[in-house]
Amino acid sequence: MSNNLQTFTKGLVKENPILVLLLGCCPTLATTTSAINGMSMGLATTFVLIMSNLVISLLKGFIPDKVRIPCFIVVIASFVTIVQLVMQAYVPDIYETLGLFIPLIVVNCIVLGRAEAFASKNPVFPSILDGAGMGLGFTFALTILGCIRELLGSGSMFGFRILPETANILLFILPPGAFICLGFLIAIVNQFRKESH
Amino acid sequence: MKYLIIILSTILVNNVIFSQFLGICPFLGTSKKTSTALGMGAAVIFVLTLATLVTWLVNQYILIPLGLDKFLQTIAFILIIAALVQMVEIILKKISPSLYTALGVFLPLITTNCAVLGVSLTVVTKEFNYGGVAHMLSLGESVVYAVGIALGFALALVLFAGIREHVDLMEAPKGMKGTPIALIIAGILAMAFMGFTGVV
Repeated sequence: MSNNLQTFTKGLVKENPILVLLLGCCPTLATTTSAINGMSMGLATTFVLIMSNLVISLLKGFIPDKVRIPCFIVVIASFVTIVQLVMQAYVPDIYETLGLFIPLIVVNCIVLGRAEAFASKNPVFPSILDGAGMGLGFTFALTILGCIRELLGSGSMFGFRILPETANILLFILPPGAFICLGFLIAIVNQFRKESH
Repeated sequence: MKYLIIILSTILVNNVIFSQFLGICPFLGTSKKTSTALGMGAAVIFVLTLATLVTWLVNQYILIPLGLDKFLQTIAFILIIAALVQMVEIILKKISPSLYTALGVFLPLITTNCAVLGVSLTVVTKEFNYGGVAHMLSLGESVVYAVGIALGFALALVLFAGIREHVDLMEAPKGMKGTPIALIIAGILAMAFMGFTGVV
């Protein structure tokens, strides 16, 4: 049980895909213009991660070793298409804002990385936990980054105004702000990790 | 003239890295040395152009007539790209071993470069507005668009690698070393590229 718990929690903090492993930077930078956008992107990726880990772990005995990467990609791409169509139907506004980055979950390094490193070697239940942990860690990092950028750039958080409009620093919702915010966030995490060692 | 505008706008105004955020992973991963950056840049120019050409044709002449373009696009495109990269690798090995060794390690990495899938999906789904009329890109325009994006990627990568080589020799605060300082440099470069907004 403690082993399963560890599988789940390592993605959240110790091996956080963005802040520690630095995987999947493109959606992180592109979709975090507001906390809501960041969180939706994170949740969409989490769904794909859990489902693809589940299916790949079930299929691990059937997939020949030599063609495993294309097989993984087809499984992942199928779930991404499902997410894409569902979002298009039920949350068209968010789908419109995230745009290209929903189909691009296919090439997100985290998803293929977990399939290759974990799901293809482990039983079903731990694989689901691993996908959920990694996905929620990703969502967590995206939401934090989205909050910071939204607060600095448009003075609000999850759409609620906190700072007056005169305090907006437009730069933070533009591309350069994304790079600079993520840089500082990783620097802070690095600093804490070094102190705790 | 139209092609010149597409090229300029994709290289400078809508630079793939600094304003569209595609292909950040190889951008951070292969920018430690200028020589690797050049190799990666060349490989991306090659594959991106070829991939866009093939996916555009497949979309236009296979997926659309069969009515599959709404839900099979992502799956079909990623498989085409993966197969294409593999094929390019095999062909290059046969006909130009020197180019193969130069691009060698970078070719397999390109399958997961989201710029390739991103561009092939963009050119078939988005309407572009050149000369006041919004329209879907034709084959020629799509390929020019892909070349522009790839050149923009190579330019950003080489510029960034040049700066990073110098920064490595510099003193930086403990937590800032490595990726964080690189990201902040990328942010400042992105600010510089924002200066091109409105040029075309």
